[in-house]
Amino acid sequence: MKNIDSYTHVRGESIYLDDIPVVQGTLYAAVFDSPIAHGRIKAIDLSVAGSIKGVERIFTSSDIPGENQIGGIVPDEELFATTHVHFCGMPIVMVVAESEEIARLAVSKIKVDIEPLPIITDPREAWEKGELIIPPRTFKLGDTTSAWEKCDHVFEGRTETNGQEHLYIETQGAYALPLENGTIRIYSSTQGPTAVQRTAARVLGIPMHRLEVDTTRLGGGFGGKEDQATTWGIMCALATWHLKRPVKYSLHRMEDMRMTGKRHPYSADFKIGLSKDLKILAYEVTFYQNAGAAADLSPAVMERTLFHCTSSYFIPHVLATAYSCRTHLPPNTAFRGFGGPQGMFVIEAAIAKTANALGVPASDIQQQNLLRTGDEFPYGQKAESEANECWNKAIELYDLSRLRKEIDEHNSVNKQYKKGLALMPICFGISFTKTMMNQARSLVHVYTDGSVGVSTGAVEMGQGVNTKMLQVAASIFSIDPALVRINSTNTYRIANTSPSAASATADLNGRATEIACQEILKRLKKVAAEEFSAGEDEIEIKDNWVFAKSEKTTWEWKRLVFETYFRRISLSELAHYTPPGIHYDLKKEKGHPFAYHVYGTAIITVTIDCLRGTYDFDSVKVVHDFGNSMNEVIDIGQCEGGIVQGIGWMTIEEIVYDKEGRLRSNALSTYKVPDIYSVPKEITIHFLDTKKPNLAIFGSKAVGEPPLLYGIGAYFALRNAIKAFNPTVDIAYDAPMTPEKVLMNLYSKSNR
Amino acid sequence: MIRFILNEKEVVASHPPGMVLLDFIRYHQHLMGTKIGCREGDCGACTVLVGELTDSQLRYRSMTCCLMPLGNAAGKHIVTIEGINPADRELNPIQQAMTDEGATQCGFCTPGFVISLAGFCLDHKKPSYKAAIAAIDGNICRCTGYKSIERAAAKITDLLKDRDNEEPTSFVSRAKLLPAYFSTIKARLQTLTDANESDHLATGSERSKSIIVGGGTDLYVQRHDTMVHSDIRVTGAYPGQQHIALEGDVCTIGPGVTVSDLAVSPIIQEAFPEFPRYMKLVSSTPIRNMATIAGNFINASPIGDFTIFFLALDAQLELSTKPESRKSRTMPLRRLYKGYKQLDMLEGEYIRRIMFRLPARTELFHFEKVSKRMHLDIATVNTAIHLRMMNDTIKNAGLSAGGVGPVPLFLQKTSEYLTGKSINRENILEAINIAQTEISPISDARGTKEYKRLLLTQLLKAHFISLFPINEKLNLLENG
Repeated sequence: MKNIDSYTHVRGESIYLDDIPVVQGTLYAAVFDSPIAHGRIKAIDLSVAGSIKGVERIFTSSDIPGENQIGGIVPDEELFATTHVHFCGMPIVMVVAESEEIARLAVSKIKVDIEPLPIITDPREAWEKGELIIPPRTFKLGDTTSAWEKCDHVFEGRTETNGQEHLYIETQGAYALPLENGTIRIYSSTQGPTAVQRTAARVLGIPMHRLEVDTTRLGGGFGGKEDQATTWGIMCALATWHLKRPVKYSLHRMEDMRMTGKRHPYSADFKIGLSKDLKILAYEVTFYQNAGAAADLSPAVMERTLFHCTSSYFIPHVLATAYSCRTHLPPNTAFRGFGGPQGMFVIEAAIAKTANALGVPASDIQQQNLLRTGDEFPYGQKAESEANECWNKAIELYDLSRLRKEIDEHNSVNKQYKKGLALMPICFGISFTKTMMNQARSLVHVYTDGSVGVSTGAVEMGQGVNTKMLQVAASIFSIDPALVRINSTNTYRIANTSPSAASATADLNGRATEIACQEILKRLKKVAAEEFSAGEDEIEIKDNWVFAKSEKTTWEWKRLVFETYFRRISLSELAHYTPPGIHYDLKKEKGHPFAYHVYGTAIITVTIDCLRGTYDFDSVKVVHDFGNSMNEVIDIGQCEGGIVQGIGWMTIEEIVYDKEGRLRSNALSTYKVPDIYSVPKEITIHFLDTKKPNLAIFGSKAVGEPPLLYGIGAYFALRNAIKAFNPTVDIAYDAPMTPEKVLMNLYSKSNR
Repeated sequence: MIRFILNEKEVVASHPPGMVLLDFIRYHQHLMGTKIGCREGDCGACTVLVGELTDSQLRYRSMTCCLMPLGNAAGKHIVTIEGINPADRELNPIQQAMTDEGATQCGFCTPGFVISLAGFCLDHKKPSYKAAIAAIDGNICRCTGYKSIERAAAKITDLLKDRDNEEPTSFVSRAKLLPAYFSTIKARLQTLTDANESDHLATGSERSKSIIVGGGTDLYVQRHDTMVHSDIRVTGAYPGQQHIALEGDVCTIGPGVTVSDLAVSPIIQEAFPEFPRYMKLVSSTPIRNMATIAGNFINASPIGDFTIFFLALDAQLELSTKPESRKSRTMPLRRLYKGYKQLDMLEGEYIRRIMFRLPARTELFHFEKVSKRMHLDIATVNTAIHLRMMNDTIKNAGLSAGGVGPVPLFLQKTSEYLTGKSINRENILEAINIAQTEISPISDARGTKEYKRLLLTQLLKAHFISLFPINEKLNLLENG
């Protein structure tokens, strides 16, 4: 089935935040944000700004009726700075005016006197100074201390991975409307409508039931609108609360890039020990996460780094510690992979370093240590592994030895262009690591004309969740998909939602929808059973038609629905789902946090131009574990998009903050995401043939985040290509591998 | 009053000519299918088609309307996504291909892609898959990874295989790729042009303090907030500003000439066979359709690609205050830059003509550029070389480099050194050493100064490797 939203997308008729028809009397907001990364606010001068015609009101922290607090996990982040600023881009003042232009003009006239204080941008420096967001956490399996002496090879090293700007093409924004009796409707471009509602209630000091948050769709999210869409929603609601007028704020790109957090940069130290036959026996790793100025989702991101620190490998002795370090950067946040990719990069670097030192291909070590079913993860869960299946299929299907031979031959005769290859096996746990969040609800209405409306907590942001929800309802009822409509995500219809995140949205909301539809179907069948004197289990609905005892009846779906209504039987159902069997003990750092894991293997090849330092990816060939895909077009799209986004992170996407904590890569002209010419010439996705049962909706495994991890292989392929030109160079494990780093390494004289 | 055709209807706008077309379309015409992604021409979400009559030929080009002054729409046909939707609630074959291939995920960039692909269908060039991809090289998608879009582009290319020599607007109407009204636009634009001729002054004032806007692709990035209320004069509104002419061996370029105009000029194509390859490295299709060569000189960016190109060729500028004025002066481009973003120009002066001696077939020219992203990006370092040879000896050399100083540099000492030298490894390495003394790169978001120095060295080598490919003796690729 095609993506049901593509019809309005290709006609330009889909409605995003800025496309909502504006109500008469609407005012426009703009924010004055701190130009200083750390300092004490001495004075705020609003006199000029306030005198501009068309400025309706200017808001600061003193206008907050409730709590000036937006921190979700840790209450450590103000909506508007009161006495201190903690990052460049921290909101201090909001202007609300008759037009966007006036609001921005007024912002430009605001003067804030800030006494500068020392600035930290480096996580290790923050760690040294004890600036931690939460206490460190350690995952432990076996005993590394005694394991080292059993190792034949031990290597140590350090890695860096930079952040990543989400660059959803639709910027952040919100639009608040006053309703009667002190209630407010907030249209928000958010992945977490409940987060907006809950936090706005706290800031306004009103009950959650007065806030209706509604989200039709996002023009991309990628995690950037999981927690950080909240700020703008609250700001609009705050102004609406005071002024009783509709207030809108749709951020300009540079405001968005400057004020919002990104993927967390990490610095890490590793130590790896192996036996003679390349079995990894012990692994120690310490992560320094650059959390930025406030917790945001950093503790949860850090947790997932630990969960994925051994990637797709079984290592009997592991000691992994992570520090969430407070710096003066915008609070970093969720981004597809959520800390997992940062953890997996380090183990791949450790393997690459070992391989290089021992003179063996990294893939020999990778293959030796792939997870097998029953192997224990450092957090206690036992693997139901497809790692070897994916790997073996990939090297056979894509003929790894032939690929290697071709590359060697190319490199031996070519001086200017060198090729490199890397394999990247992946393993990603599906579920929110905070067990409590693994719950969802779905409200299904069947209307008397036979049409069906479905509301869930899922937010459509391009991942195709609307289509998957529709497939669930249409297939359970066995009706024409055109009869089903997926409604906007709304906190008045579905309460207490978890954000659309962790790749789990289709699973959680799909299973809830499945239960709701089954419940209604049961009632419908009972009516049909009575009518056609059959048992309920002898009633079947097939393609819009009622069958009794395998015979087609005179009742169409629509008739059945109406007859049920006529008998005063409910045609609506609100269902609740939570995946069984998941639990986690934070004290022991052991448990079964994931409903299941997703596996896969990619083979990535790249060609670099050794004259200019530029590169092109030749191919990414993948065998991926989709389970039993319920929508191959959508799932391939998630794979291709994730791979390219992951390659972007590892190659040309370079976040640059200067020492003063100012973002230098602050626009699309200085921050480069992949364009159509920079993507791999070939991406091939093979669906692993597996029939193993799993907890996913219809057995179709979650696909949002895992493919991004294949992008890590791009970094290692580039390293291998550089080494083909400059074999003795000592390349730092420092991602992204920009054309700059490639060229500098090609001509570096540093020897290892 | 600014008159133009917006999709199927004629509009007469009384808004300031400096307002961007994007705001007019979205907030005054309420056509919400054209999206805002960056407001600096870097994402393509706001791409529209601009149809224009030139030499009685109707030609459509894609443009990012976030950087396009409303004044530049005068007399043209502006097409948004709403203007290509079939009336019967169906999808046109372009839209159908995008849908079938799953080439739209969040959908926010999609109208821009569809419009760019419609532009491909309207292009007079022979359709090819490569051209289809080039048409969308200014559109950024963050969701799909582009592979599904490539598959859709291949299908769309297929739809054009029977076009032969038919006029594109007629073909797309007949083949129902685009609505039937496209076949009526040519005649309607003719009437509109006649109406506009009489009141073209309305597109901008004539006072000497007005800001002269070419394509707007840099002005609207640098001065986004103030342009709407600025007193602007659009160069595109004057007839005869888009000419490229050849007199003897001197080529003259009008101030309204865009990069795309240059690319399709037979004069340029013949003199610079590698021009398409260079052009692919410079911004994107919609930006090349808007950006003028003169504007590239005037914005004085140290990394202006065409500034570097024409510095090597020793282009001359004719400066004047008015199109019809008799007073003018001529100065070499090499002397235009006094310091960072400082020009040796008087108030009210503008570039009326650009002149350069077209290289003869025996002369050598080459352009190199490296940026963080290979395409649709600003150069980290760019450089051009122009050599006149006498057997194996350089008779005259012009070498320029961008991104390595406060202004686009003509590498005078290096050029002088090379004059009279023969092509060998030693001389080239010495030239590179001299070039290193002429530059002063700084570290910024595009790269560290050390990198920029190394990169210039490499790109200078690349000039010689490209111009003298069979000269194995050069051995310029060694590591270190």
